Amino acid sequence: MAGTAVRGRLIWQVATVATVTDETDAVRTIALDLPDWPGHHAGQHLDVRLTAEDGYSAERSYSIASADGEPVAITVERLDDGEVSPYLTQELRPGDQMEVRGPIGNWFTWGPHDGGPLLLIAGGSGVVPLRAILRHRQRSGSSVPARLLYSSRSLEDVIYREELDQYRGSAEVRYTLTRRQPPGWGGFAGRVDGAMLARIAWPASQRPLAFICGPTPFVEAVAELLVARRYPESRVKTERFGGA
Amino acid sequence: MALDGNAIGGLLLEIFAVDMTSADATCAACGAVRSVAETMVYFRGPGTVVRCRSCTSVLMVISRVRGLNCVDLSGIEALRVRAASA
Repeated sequence: MAGTAVRGRLIWQVATVATVTDETDAVRTIALDLPDWPGHHAGQHLDVRLTAEDGYSAERSYSIASADGEPVAITVERLDDGEVSPYLTQELRPGDQMEVRGPIGNWFTWGPHDGGPLLLIAGGSGVVPLRAILRHRQRSGSSVPARLLYSSRSLEDVIYREELDQYRGSAEVRYTLTRRQPPGWGGFAGRVDGAMLARIAWPASQRPLAFICGPTPFVEAVAELLVARRYPESRVKTERFGGA
Repeated sequence: MALDGNAIGGLLLEIFAVDMTSADATCAACGAVRSVAETMVYFRGPGTVVRCRSCTSVLMVISRVRGLNCVDLSGIEALRVRAASA
């Protein structure tokens, strides 16, 4: 049938920017209008393709920031030497169009049936898919216990801070600030280490389910610390990203 | 620096038409069985190189040549892919 996508096939479709919201100085959330979107699960990502007038095109993957059933949104961090992110975070306006395909990935995903307790550990913009998971947990009324440990350079660099703080009634949200802490800061400081995890990680005996997302060195270090705390590898889900 | 198999979820979905990040791959060199999402993925060089996280052997190489995706799977002994639900 004309216009009907073959189920399971991954096709590029045109997305229209609905809104842009600045999260921090370098991070922006872009809500997309995607008429043929098949729906997504918290933790999945999508591919974006931008094509210049001369035909040169660039593709990037971005985690979906919104929960199951919500309109698609991505949150993009500007990398000053990047090819795509400066455009997405500085020049893109509502009404602009780009090509998108997805949703992608069924491994780094969570739904209430996956259970927990959940241990979510984010490095920088690695918080994006974990925010989708927390949002989905909240919206679905799940009672699975959840803890988020979010490593950020400074408090100003924390993405979604207002929203994350609102989850504090039902989930534990902790920040560690690696470069700069405000005066009187009562949270963690420095990189995620064994002592921090000893305070925040559920004991392995509770069969926790961990999701770690961040730059490769961050993810490798934290995954190693969790395995040292006897988390089985099968219960530690990881997603690494690199700048481009 | 290596990313992981999540980063090629779109490319693999394009080629295999099912989600491959949640598929289990058996390394032909060391026999380790892990999700494709957990492999090490390198974008440098002429193609995408996927390596075993346990022994670093090459599992898969994907190169795009003149509109064709060329997939070398010789480093994978077996793949277990979830069957599509009805």
